[in-house]
Amino acid sequence: MSEQTLFKVTIDNITIEVPAGTTILNAARKIGGDIAPPAMCYYSKLEGSGGKCRTCLVEVSKGSEKDPRPMPKLVASCRTTVMDGMEVKNITSDRVIDARNGVVEFLLINHPLDCPVCDQAGECHLQDLSYEHGKAGTRYEFQRRTFKKHDLGDKIQLHMTRCILCYRCVFTADQLTGKREHGVLDRGDHAEIATYIEKNLDNEFIGNVIDVCPVGALTDKTFRFKNRVWFLKPVDAHRDCPTCSGKVTLWNRGDEVYRVTARKDQWGEVEDWICNTCRFDKKQTSDWVIEGPRLIDRHSVIAQGHYAGTVGTHKPTETFEAVHAGRQPKLLMDIHSISEVNQTNITLSKLDRPAHSTDFNHNKD
Amino acid sequence: MSAEKMLPQIIKNMGVKLLLDKAHVPGIRFFETYRKEGGYQAVEKALKQMDPASIVEEVKKSGVRGRGGAGFPAGMKWSFIAKPEGVPRHLVCNADESEPGTFKDRYLMEFLPHLLIEGLIISSFALGSNDTYIYIRGEYAWIVDILEQAIDEAKAAGFLGKNILGTGFDCNIYVQRGAGAYICGEETALIESLEGKRGNPRIKPPFPAIEGLWKRPTVVNNVETLAAVVPIINMGGDEYAKIGVGRSTGTKLISACGNINKPGVYEIEMTLSVEEFLYSDEYCGGIANGKRLKACIPGGSSVPILPANLLLKTAKGETRLMNYESLSDGGFATGSMMGSGGFIVLDEDQCIVKNTYTLARFYRHESCGQCSPCREGTGWMEKILKNIDTGKGKMSDIDLLWDIQRKIEGNTICPLGDAAAWPVAAAIRHFRDEFEWHVNHPEEAQKRNYGLAHYADPIHVPA
Repeated sequence: MSEQTLFKVTIDNITIEVPAGTTILNAARKIGGDIAPPAMCYYSKLEGSGGKCRTCLVEVSKGSEKDPRPMPKLVASCRTTVMDGMEVKNITSDRVIDARNGVVEFLLINHPLDCPVCDQAGECHLQDLSYEHGKAGTRYEFQRRTFKKHDLGDKIQLHMTRCILCYRCVFTADQLTGKREHGVLDRGDHAEIATYIEKNLDNEFIGNVIDVCPVGALTDKTFRFKNRVWFLKPVDAHRDCPTCSGKVTLWNRGDEVYRVTARKDQWGEVEDWICNTCRFDKKQTSDWVIEGPRLIDRHSVIAQGHYAGTVGTHKPTETFEAVHAGRQPKLLMDIHSISEVNQTNITLSKLDRPAHSTDFNHNKD
Repeated sequence: MSAEKMLPQIIKNMGVKLLLDKAHVPGIRFFETYRKEGGYQAVEKALKQMDPASIVEEVKKSGVRGRGGAGFPAGMKWSFIAKPEGVPRHLVCNADESEPGTFKDRYLMEFLPHLLIEGLIISSFALGSNDTYIYIRGEYAWIVDILEQAIDEAKAAGFLGKNILGTGFDCNIYVQRGAGAYICGEETALIESLEGKRGNPRIKPPFPAIEGLWKRPTVVNNVETLAAVVPIINMGGDEYAKIGVGRSTGTKLISACGNINKPGVYEIEMTLSVEEFLYSDEYCGGIANGKRLKACIPGGSSVPILPANLLLKTAKGETRLMNYESLSDGGFATGSMMGSGGFIVLDEDQCIVKNTYTLARFYRHESCGQCSPCREGTGWMEKILKNIDTGKGKMSDIDLLWDIQRKIEGNTICPLGDAAAWPVAAAIRHFRDEFEWHVNHPEEAQKRNYGLAHYADPIHVPA
C-alpha cells in the first residue's frame, strides 16, 4: 500500500498532521483538551451519524493551501474533512462561541430540568455541555413540550421529553441489530423516537442504545432509580460471552453489581458493543472476571469521592518546596489541628460509602 | 445600472414570451396540438444535431439561473456532474413546489406538460440520464395524471422510451408523488424521499452532482429551469442570453398573489420594473379595492419582506427591476431576493405582525427536526410571535426574536433554517415600530391594524 497522504491542519493555532479524509473533529480530538469541539450527535462508531446537533460548529478561516478562502458559514466539524493547509478556529473564534451558546440554549429550551431524578445525571453529555457553554437562566417562557408515553419493553426506558433527536439510537439499531424496530416519527419540534405500533425493543444488541444516548432519554430499566452513578464504583470486567466481546464496565456498590455498561472512552463513546445478556442479565459478581478499576476522568463527578490513587484521581504530589523554590517556610501550621471540619482521625477516602453525618458525630462526643 | 440606460431595451423586448407563448392555444395540453405548434423540435435538434457536451455548453452560454429559488447558474450545475465509469446518472425534476406564494410550476405543468417533458428529454440526453424522475408535491394530485398522460403520448410518438428518434438514446420519465412535506423541496431531502426514506436533508458535501440518488451522480432542477431548456435549444444560448439584463437572462415566471387586482402567473422579462409589474394592467393591475401598497414579499415566503418605499425604488433611489440583481440590491439591509418568483403583495390593511406569525407557524410546522437550531428555534419564534400578535408580548420579545433568528441563520444543515429566519429578521428590520405598537397597545392591536403608517413615504437618499 502506498504511503498515506498526510494533511497539515491548524486548529486554534495548533498544527497537526492527519491522514486525508479525517474530519476536523477527529483531528481536534487528536490534539485533545478544549480544542476538541463538543459533539452530541456524532459517534465515530456509527456510520452516518453527526451533523445534526450543531454543537461542534467551527469556523474555517482558511480553506486550504490551494484555495485559502475562508468558508462563509460555520461548518459542522464532525462532517467536514480537513484539507491540506486548512486553518480552523474553535474556541478562538467569537462566532463559534456565540453560535455554540445558541445551540446549547436551543437544546435546553425544551429539555426538562429533571436532572435530580434522572438516571443519566452525572454522566449526561447535555449536562456537561450546558455546564461549559450554557447560561444559568433561561429566556424561554413557554411550556416545555411533552409527549405521549411509549413503552419499549421491560429493559429500556424511554423519556421522550429528554430526547435531543441525535439519531444515534436509530443508527445503532440500524447498524447493530438485525432489524430496526424504532425510528423517528413526525417532524420538527414534535418529532419523536418511538416504535410506530407499541412494541418491545428486544433485539440482541438493542441495549446499546442506552449507552449511545447522550442524555437520559433512553435508560436502563433494570437500573432505574436504584442508585446515583457517582455512588457506584466502576470496574472493568469480562466474561466469556458467546455473543459479544464480553468486555464491560460493572458499576458496583460494595459487592453488589448495580448495572453493566459497555466501556466508554474519553469521548464517551463505547469501545466494544455488548449484548443484552451481558447488560441486563449478568448482575452477579460471580458472573464476571474483575480486571480492576475503570479509569474515569478525574473531572467527572463519578471520580469524586472515594478512590484516591486508584480510579482516576491521584494523591497530590508535594508541591510545597517547588512553589517556595526550595526555601523552608518560616511558620508551618497543620490545618487539621485547627479545623473542625477536616478531622485528622477520619480519612474520607477510606470509607466504603459516601460520608454521612454519623461519621462525624461520634468524634464530637 | 441605471434605469435610463436600460430603457431602449425595455421597449425593444417588451413582452417576449418563451414559455407561455403558446399557453392560450386550445388543446396545447395534448401532444398533437403541441407538436403542431412546433413542439418537440428542440428534441429533434438536440438529439440529432448536437452532442451532450454542446447542449451543456448552450445552457451555460444562455446564463439561465435556477428558477427554484437559489438562482444558481444551471449550466454550471450541469457541468459539475461526476461521470464515473459504469455508474448511471440521474436527472430529477423538482416539482415539489411548496413555497407559500409560488404556483408557477403548477401552471406550467398543468397547461403545458409537454414543454416540461421536452425539456426533460433534452436535459436527460445532455446529462446522460436514462431514468429521469419528476418528484411532484403530493397536493398536486391531478397534475400527476396530466404528466403521466403527456409521458405516455410522448412515448407513443417515439420521443421517450428505447432508442429515441433512432439515436440510440434511451430515456424513461417517472412521476413520483411526495407526501406533502415542504422540506422535500430541498434537493437532498427530495432525493432521500425519492429513495423511499424519511425526507431529511443530507449533510453536504457530498453534493448530489457527486453522490445523489442511490449514491449516483444526480442533477436536481426546478420545473421552470428545465422548461427553459427548450427555448434555449431552439434559439441558441447566445440569443437567449440577449434577453434580460446582466446575469438575469431570459424570462421568468412570476406568480403574483395577495391584494392585487389580477393575481396569476406572468412571464416577464427581467428588465421590467417592479412598479410597472405591480401597477400596469398587463400584469398585476394595481392594488385591489383602491387600497395603497404597504409591503411586498417579492420572491416567495422565505425572502425578506420589503416595505412599499423600498420595493419600488432601491435605497439609492434607483428604479427597482424584477430581476435577481435589482431585487437583491442593498443586500438584506434594504433589499430582498428574486427567490422562486412568488410575488406576495400586502395592502395597507394587512398586519405585518400577523403575517410574520403566519409564516413562522408555517416554518415551525415544516421543519424536519433534524438539527437543533431549526427544530427548537422555529417553534420558539412562533410562540413569541403569537404572544405579540395576541397582545401578550413584551418589548424584550422583539430583541429576543432578533437574537433567535440570528442564531438559526447559517447554522443549520439546509436552507430551511435561513428561510425561517429571514422573514422574521426582515419584518423586525423594516417594521419594528409596528411590532412595538403591538406591544404598547395590546388591546387596540386586537381591534385595528397599524395601517400604512410611514411605510410608503419616500426615503431620503443622501446625495
